[in-house]
Amino acid sequence: MSSWIDYTVNGLIIGNIYALLAVGLALIFGVSRLINFAHGSVYVVGAYAGFLAVTYLDAPLPVTIGIVVVVGALLGLGIERFGLRPLQGHAHIAPLLATIGISFVLDQLVQLFFKPDPRALPSTLLDQRFQIGSGTIGALDLVIAAIGLLSAGLLYYFLRYTRLGWAVRATAQDRDAAQQMGVDVDAVHRTVFAIASGLGAVSGVLVGMYYNYIDPAMSFQATLKGVVAQVVGGMGNVPGAIAGSLLLGLVESYGIALFGTSYRNLFAFVLLIVVLVLRPNGLFAGRRRAPPEPLTGTFIAPSKPINLPPSALLGAAAVAALVPLMIPSPYVLQVLTNSWLYALLGLSLTLIAGTVGLVSLGHAALLAIGGYASALLTLNAGVPVGAAILSAGLITAFLGTVLVFPSFRLRGHYLSIATLAIGEIVSLVILNWEWLTRGPIGVSGIPSLSLFGFELDTDRSVYWFTLAVMVILAAVQFRLLGSHLGRVFRAVRDDDVAARSYGIRLDRYKALAFAFGSFAAGVSGGITSHIYSYINHETFNAQLSILALTIVILGGMGNVTGAIVGSVLLVGLPEVFRVAAEYRVLIYGLVLLLLVRFRPQGIMGTL
Amino acid sequence: MSALLEVRGLTRRFGGLTAVDAVDLDLGEHEFVSIIGPNGAGKTTLFNLVTGLDDPDAGRVRLAGHDVTGFSPEKLAALGVARTFQHGRVFANLSVLDNILVGAHVRFKSVRPAWPAPLSLIEPLAELALALVRPGAVKAEEARMREEALAILARFGDRLLPRKDNPAYSLSYANRRRVEIGRALALGPRLLMLDEPTAGMNQTETAEMQALIGDLKKSGLTILLIEHKLDMVMQLSDRVIVMDEGHVIANGKPAEVRNDPKVIEAYLGHHRADRPPVEEAAE
Amino acid sequence: MSDALLSLENVNTFYGPVQVHFDLNVTVTRGHIVCLLGGNASGKSTTMKIILGLVKPQSGTVRFDGQPTNGLTTPQIVRRGVGSVPEARRLFGEMSVRENLLMGAFTRRDQKAIAADLDRVLTQFPKLAERLGQRAGTLSGGEQQMVAMARALMGRPKLICMDEPTMGLSPLWVDRVLDLIAAINREGVTVFMVEQNASLALEIAHHAYVLQTGRIVLDGPAATLRTDPRIRDAYLGGQEAA
Repeated sequence: MSSWIDYTVNGLIIGNIYALLAVGLALIFGVSRLINFAHGSVYVVGAYAGFLAVTYLDAPLPVTIGIVVVVGALLGLGIERFGLRPLQGHAHIAPLLATIGISFVLDQLVQLFFKPDPRALPSTLLDQRFQIGSGTIGALDLVIAAIGLLSAGLLYYFLRYTRLGWAVRATAQDRDAAQQMGVDVDAVHRTVFAIASGLGAVSGVLVGMYYNYIDPAMSFQATLKGVVAQVVGGMGNVPGAIAGSLLLGLVESYGIALFGTSYRNLFAFVLLIVVLVLRPNGLFAGRRRAPPEPLTGTFIAPSKPINLPPSALLGAAAVAALVPLMIPSPYVLQVLTNSWLYALLGLSLTLIAGTVGLVSLGHAALLAIGGYASALLTLNAGVPVGAAILSAGLITAFLGTVLVFPSFRLRGHYLSIATLAIGEIVSLVILNWEWLTRGPIGVSGIPSLSLFGFELDTDRSVYWFTLAVMVILAAVQFRLLGSHLGRVFRAVRDDDVAARSYGIRLDRYKALAFAFGSFAAGVSGGITSHIYSYINHETFNAQLSILALTIVILGGMGNVTGAIVGSVLLVGLPEVFRVAAEYRVLIYGLVLLLLVRFRPQGIMGTL
Repeated sequence: MSALLEVRGLTRRFGGLTAVDAVDLDLGEHEFVSIIGPNGAGKTTLFNLVTGLDDPDAGRVRLAGHDVTGFSPEKLAALGVARTFQHGRVFANLSVLDNILVGAHVRFKSVRPAWPAPLSLIEPLAELALALVRPGAVKAEEARMREEALAILARFGDRLLPRKDNPAYSLSYANRRRVEIGRALALGPRLLMLDEPTAGMNQTETAEMQALIGDLKKSGLTILLIEHKLDMVMQLSDRVIVMDEGHVIANGKPAEVRNDPKVIEAYLGHHRADRPPVEEAAE
Repeated sequence: MSDALLSLENVNTFYGPVQVHFDLNVTVTRGHIVCLLGGNASGKSTTMKIILGLVKPQSGTVRFDGQPTNGLTTPQIVRRGVGSVPEARRLFGEMSVRENLLMGAFTRRDQKAIAADLDRVLTQFPKLAERLGQRAGTLSGGEQQMVAMARALMGRPKLICMDEPTMGLSPLWVDRVLDLIAAINREGVTVFMVEQNASLALEIAHHAYVLQTGRIVLDGPAATLRTDPRIRDAYLGGQEAA
């Protein structure tokens, strides 16, 4: 019995911490319709600022929190300045992508400064626990609860009774009308980012003290948790975000009680998907209220795409095929093989995010499904490698489409969040279904590539095989785009309402595009698993999803050649220049940020 | 003359506002009916309800005798209902020709097989396979549709044909309206619903559009038109329906409606005899 | 006094590749009600946005109270004395009527004068006094129009811009709104309104312009235009009339 009280207290305390994150996300979404993916980075920076204050300055708790609030607020102003302000009037999803770029940069900087290893962040309070009923509550718990309540109270007062607070509410309800009342909406944005980031940073330091543990990788999970809480409470709804956070905290805490720690995040993301699909306006919204804005999610900048004639494409393929004969360096071949594998992922995403307009943020999950499918088919069922890779593509097409299908009714940002959550769910299922996936140990001893009984045991043969698969799938995709389906997909992307009015069933064509695209990703994952010979649940991590998106934007959304060019540039070039691994993510983040801002049509142009 | 479209008691409320209030409307086969009324009268909401983009709170819609209330827009399109949109909804990144071809989507039969129940599940896969393999029938269908699309573009003189490969976003406002009408024609409509096709057009362009719509009428198409330009409405329509505040306030031959005092009040603005207009010496 | 409070001089506006205004010239004389007539997609709402700085013209000058406003942001223009009653009213639906009215005075700091103005608009719009605590989104269309107009007045503007103030209102409310506009004007506020309802607008206006596909095709004193047969042709889109 006592443990249930402890689980409840624990759930509410964690919920309180989530609330500090989610309230900020809700405020920002309210005034700018932006899901700030850099919010988790603010949280991490807050945690490390707290760490510095406690460790080097010996600051008492109030001082630490004061420092953290200021650092967070300043960072928030920076994010507004670079992530949001220059992108006013761009596609709705542009600032979202920019904040993803910013978060990559910030997280990587924190890692460079503090090393990726976890650190201890000791609570400066006495480790005192008070008896309540049959459970206990600690001093830090009380402080966290007090900070949560105080922040909520201050925020309520600010929004309700101050001039600037009114401006914030007015801007959230009708930006243009607020401007016509003389409200400087840029100032409102700055205020909101400062407040939100101050609270987010405090959340980071409190979590650090609660677990006496901080590391730079907490960022992504923190963003996700804040987003989950916010979606549950209704996007942009501040009281809803608090309620959603407490609910999320409790669900996680009871989930851990029932199933164990490794299921914690699974509960969070399943909750997210269920709410998104069934109550996209959140649990507390009125019945027939429309979402605040359509938030169309396409990221298609008008452009004149560069159309290479078939002869040029054939020539390029021929040159690529001759590379092993001209440059025998195994290193170069491995790098290019890697590029072709990412090009397959790019082909997949450029069709799904570009051609049909479903901006997927969880694409790495498709690699994972393909990788595991092919590995397990060869190891457990003795399927020949070639057939296993083909089956992996088909399995990925089927599973991926089935998983995402319920989310097809969501638009824009909502679909992107759903794909992100589905990606996390896939990774957590891989971790937890030990009977199938061998869990955290991973799958080792995956047979190397072979085709019709011939071992592909040289770098050259692996290179040719990968290149051939990629070229064939690219050619098929070209043919697809040239058919009526290419037209229909793009019509769905450009205007789904008009498309429906002309008899196009959205679900059917989104599913077709998703299945076709997933096949290429599954094949890529399958080949990868045989090249690596070992994979685990982190082989295909969320960073790859963002890398894929960067590749596709760099090449030009929807553009088949663009996906290949983008992949060679982003995967191949850093290798050629031997960029150290820790700087690579930094570069990906910067490239994404710059592209969104300065060249949204990419190199080859959008189609 | 049998009724192609029959609307009974159609109602749609938004919060406290009843945008469409118990509207009845009949449209006979080959008839040309215009709906006029001030902005905010509920004309476009009525269009949305009839084409399935919005669901009514009450009332029925029948098409050729079948109840189609609450049908999805894609189903209604397959039944031959084509519409244009008030603010223009072309597929911005598609070429002019591709926009027209998307309009013909429901008429692609070879490449979109229709199979009975259990097989219908794999219809999409068959469609994918046919699109990639492209057997003779599919190729011939695509070629035929292209020919037809070009013929449709030719109806707009040299407004669209020279721009057939340009993306729609590069077109002028008037040309986008033309593309929309072309797209609607490509569906091979039984019922054509035009929402302010001449908005944003100058007099020459309006006259051109009026001539085109007149031709469509002569060819026997059943047309429902929302339009503000009264001269055009009066010249083209068999019947005119006047809406105000969600109600139908008049319904009759153009000449009758034109002289109906209720119409003059609602649409042209009523003169207020009780208060003398502001006279200004300064002018 | 009959100098120009607002003028648009040779304004050309584009949305992407599409030109919306062609050498637009409009003058609003101090103390007048000036109305801009035109059908849908004629460019009249964009004219409103140009004046308020929500859209910037490609070329040409917008001058308010003698000063060009091209380079100013919307809040800056509002601070100079331009009030707005936007199309479809655009109230802050989740805020109370009182909060909406006070948002109208957002640019002002003189708390006492604001309180006095609030009392004053409430005597001018007595209906609103009963609804002060109610959420603005729950009011009827006519009542919302009252709030929108009162909200604009709370900023003590020199010029009020109104975008289709009678749209979607019942005849009874239309009459009230027009009377109120005339009353506001008599108290010295200049009014620039965009309307589709020509006859109505011409009853209270001093001067009117007719806009067609981005060009002024007719303009003159309202009293003359009221009886001018060309207005019907130009505005309702007759065949190549004149």
